[in-house]
Amino acid sequence: MSDGARSLALHGALLALLLAGAFVLPAYHHGVLARVMVLSVYAAGYNIMFGYTGLLSLGHALFFAAGMYGMGLAVQHGGVTPALGLLAGLGCGLAVAFALGLLALRTAGVAFMIVTLMFAQAGYLTVLYFGPYTRGDEGFVLQGAQRVLFGFDLSDAGVRYIAALILFAAVLVGVLALVRSRFGRVLVAIRENEERARMLGYDTFAHKLGAVVISGGIAALAGAAYGLLFGYVGATFASVQYSIFPLLWVLLGGAGTVIGPFLGTLFMFYLIDLSSGYTSAYMLIAGVVLVALTLFAPQGLAGELRRRIWRGLP
Amino acid sequence: MDFGPYLLLASLEGAVTAAVLALTAVGLSLVFGVMRVVNVAHGEFFMLGAVLAWWVAHLVGDAHPAVGFLLALVVAPLLVGGIAVLADVTVLKRVNYDPERTIVATIGILYILQQVTLMTYGPDARPVEPPFNTRLALPFVEWGENGLQLYWPWGLSTTSYKLAVIGAAVVVLLGVWGLMARTRIGLLMRATQLDRDMALAFGIPVERVYAMVFGIGAGLAALAAVLIVPIQQAHYLMGGDPLLLSFIVVIIGGLGSLPGTVLAAVLIGLSDGIISVFFSPTLAKILATLLVALVLVFRPQGLFGVRRA
Repeated sequence: MSDGARSLALHGALLALLLAGAFVLPAYHHGVLARVMVLSVYAAGYNIMFGYTGLLSLGHALFFAAGMYGMGLAVQHGGVTPALGLLAGLGCGLAVAFALGLLALRTAGVAFMIVTLMFAQAGYLTVLYFGPYTRGDEGFVLQGAQRVLFGFDLSDAGVRYIAALILFAAVLVGVLALVRSRFGRVLVAIRENEERARMLGYDTFAHKLGAVVISGGIAALAGAAYGLLFGYVGATFASVQYSIFPLLWVLLGGAGTVIGPFLGTLFMFYLIDLSSGYTSAYMLIAGVVLVALTLFAPQGLAGELRRRIWRGLP
Repeated sequence: MDFGPYLLLASLEGAVTAAVLALTAVGLSLVFGVMRVVNVAHGEFFMLGAVLAWWVAHLVGDAHPAVGFLLALVVAPLLVGGIAVLADVTVLKRVNYDPERTIVATIGILYILQQVTLMTYGPDARPVEPPFNTRLALPFVEWGENGLQLYWPWGLSTTSYKLAVIGAAVVVLLGVWGLMARTRIGLLMRATQLDRDMALAFGIPVERVYAMVFGIGAGLAALAAVLIVPIQQAHYLMGGDPLLLSFIVVIIGGLGSLPGTVLAAVLIGLSDGIISVFFSPTLAKILATLLVALVLVFRPQGLFGVRRA
């Protein structure tokens, strides 16, 4: 099989499995998987910047929260329809990503990480500061009618699963197309050697800015969808923890692979789910996994797959 | 109270914050300067210092509070320094101090330390009794009938312990300066900071210097925490704010420059105290984080740093 056919088979099989899951999974895992799919869209957005362009951001919760609050505030206080709310969330995320990219991309390496961390922290505090509108840490709940998208009631578990799957599939196909396009290849070239990419005549700043905007846009879309599907908007999703999570998921699943973010999110979600049954200190697992990954498997699950079995894994 | 005494009170509170912040941030700055490593777990070393101080004071029990406190002042930094050295040898050394992987690893260490504390010490905030705590009323000047005269406004006071914290921080900072500038160990550290490979070529055991610097940096954070814990309480989540503020201070002061770090700590500590009294603390934090991000973007060498050629 050619690389293209194999890639089609692999990702097609994953989507088919998930579709079959809609009918056979027991209720609890059904709900978990819907959550995992939306969160792995967030991770896929993060992966564009971290995995493919080599930009390590510690502030992606800013984009996730921009999408979530862009949608939530528009629906709650602006009274718009959920479909417009999704667009508002996406628009907020794109605008924030563009502004942050313009500023943060002037720095590199460690400084870039700290700048993104600081902007995300400022964003989190801003959400708390406007407590009367955002309800701060407590957050607010979207009521029934605010969650009916194109006539489908998203508070119904079956509809929610399919909606999550459609979003997941769209982003998966989009990312596959992106990383195989000319633009995606230039991003990988920048990750490998920025000086050389620039010498070959590519405008590396414009490409990196494009990566930040696409990555932030996907993260914002995930945030808006998460708020709409699960009916809750809260400041926790803007906190540092939610900037660390996508890094963890992508590292675990395999940075720079299309399927990695999903694998990492799925694995981590069940790991934390199981361990929180035993102890309230479940973030301990996240810490141990992070340290173990940096020490023993910096390429993650899909990275190992690529190294051992299939070198052409996209 | 009038505006003047209010301002004096805010500055005094700010000075205590600044003293503790200077110690914590110098630890972070030392690690960054010598090892070129951003230690995200620094706040957790601070938290560990406070928790261990409670533990030591608790073990000593009924004796005079000063006994437990003085013991904690010695034991907590040493223990925390030991843990840091262990983390350096087992984790950081093995990823070769690669900047990005080190950040990810120290985020992992952050969660491990924090959550293990949650599992053993629990979610409560616990106080440590200060060794001495006399209330000192302070005078202020006003324009009276006979020209300038002293008066004692109600509520304008501090405690002897708070003044002692400021004094102790100054002594420790002078000690760190002496260590760096006047001793052989300091010389080795500065040599490693200037050029790691050249230092290695001259037979300096760079790996041992790194382990020691990481230990000293964590120890300073722990020491700062022991000093502050009689004023604040020990809690497993208390590491977040010192970490953020230390980052702010280290960046404003110029990454890796010790005098700049101290100067920035005084500036940030005082302004944090004053702004929090007169405005919303959340707003103060928003402005401070934005300021740091913008300083990094437009003046990466820090406000007081010198641009390297």
